[in-house]
Amino acid sequence: MIRSIKHFIKSFTLFELFQGLGVTGKYLFKRKITIQYPEQKTPMSPRFRGHHALRRYPNGQERCIACKLCEAVCPALAIDIESEERADGTRRTTKYDIDFFKCIYCGFCEEVCPVDAIVETHIFEYHYEERGGNIITKQELLAFGDKHEPEIAKRKAADAPYR
Amino acid sequence: METVATFLNGILPDGWDGVTTLIIIMMKIIAILLPLILAVAYTTFAERKIIGYMQVRMGPNRVGPKGWLQPIADTVKLMFKEIISPTKATTIVFFIAPMLALAPALAVWAVIPFWDGGVLADVNAGVLLVLAITSLDVFGIILAGWASNSKYAILSSLRVGAQVVSYEIAMGFALVGVLMAAGSMNLSEIVRAQDGGIQNWFAWPLIGLLLVFFISGVAETNRAPFDVAEGESEIVAGFHVEYSGMAFALFFLAEYASMILVSTLTALLFMGGWLSPFGHALDDIPVLGAILGDGFHWLFIKSFFFLFCYLWFRATFPRYRYDQIMRLGWKILIPVTLVWIFGEGVAIALGWKPWL
Repeated sequence: MIRSIKHFIKSFTLFELFQGLGVTGKYLFKRKITIQYPEQKTPMSPRFRGHHALRRYPNGQERCIACKLCEAVCPALAIDIESEERADGTRRTTKYDIDFFKCIYCGFCEEVCPVDAIVETHIFEYHYEERGGNIITKQELLAFGDKHEPEIAKRKAADAPYR
Repeated sequence: METVATFLNGILPDGWDGVTTLIIIMMKIIAILLPLILAVAYTTFAERKIIGYMQVRMGPNRVGPKGWLQPIADTVKLMFKEIISPTKATTIVFFIAPMLALAPALAVWAVIPFWDGGVLADVNAGVLLVLAITSLDVFGIILAGWASNSKYAILSSLRVGAQVVSYEIAMGFALVGVLMAAGSMNLSEIVRAQDGGIQNWFAWPLIGLLLVFFISGVAETNRAPFDVAEGESEIVAGFHVEYSGMAFALFFLAEYASMILVSTLTALLFMGGWLSPFGHALDDIPVLGAILGDGFHWLFIKSFFFLFCYLWFRATFPRYRYDQIMRLGWKILIPVTLVWIFGEGVAIALGWKPWL
């Protein structure tokens, strides 16, 4: 009896509805958590796996020795390598294509590389402007690496103690 | 207005007084409709912004400073979109329906008094006219649902039909209470009956009817939490699934115009419309008197509060199930109004009129 009277009063004074309105009313004045993306960015780990790059030694020699471990380990079969022997007897790649539509950014290629040639960088904002643009060639990867080398080296060094 | 009338009478030949009247009425209509449509545009913006804020995000803030041009951008986008009509739709009805939905929502504004004497048509039975014309709104929706030849649209329009008819009754009864208290059907008279400060507003003795009226108003305009007509999770978008571009925008416009209308009506009938909450006590203060005294700004503030409530409800309450809506309308709201009207009748018969 008492319970039903209580329920009656509660429902006719719209008690619970006002409670709900109170909650949303409070949130109206709360600090907003939205990140205004192009202007603000969230912090990023040095391990972030974004656009690939091929690195060089400080003397300008390209690191990649065409061992094809990355091609073998790539779970998405995104990497395509062809190699030749150069005049000085070293083995080098003539073709090093990564299809970014196939790539799943798992980082295995970086992990497996014995000479730290292929790396995944912190750059994740990129696009292609024509068909086939998703297949990144060796020249592009090397150029990308040259462009961002200081930042890449910094991030790899920051992550090195934990590996 | 008088200067315009004398000017027109001066340049027009004799016996053309009718033309003068017509032009003046047209000007008044434009003076009401343009701000109204602007208000509708900015209500959509306020809705996205307020609901965003309540969900701890920011809402639109990219177009123009702080996103203020967002509604303009939306309008331009909608205007340039193609209007598609389904192959099997009843084309004529399909295109008439949005107009039928919009026209009543705009026509009602003729009898709304914005300030003392600031009304296009001072109709004696203004409340009746409002009730009659707002009921026509549902035709546009039903025809849209039927003419689209889509199962979602027809389901939605059936729901709207049943819902609007049910809530119309509760709304009408709530209005009866106001009419009894005011002793008039003229909206301006009803507002004047609440003159003399906040304690004389009908909101106090008729608080139950105020709630019933506003809840029915929310249901009548098919807004959350009574928006089963649009129920995205069940019937995609309801009666306007098949509409695109400006035809869709007209439904949108009608819905928001009705929202503003219900908010304004609630302010007029229960909260004293353009009357100041301080009564006439502060009218004699030199500069502040104009602000604290009666005027359109009070109506604006009160309507804005109820409009804000609409958005607040949408951000707060989950959607009612369809049978729950019917239960609320028939088994709770209508009995509540009946009891309240009975009590009010007894009070009037015995001569207790707490608001006089």
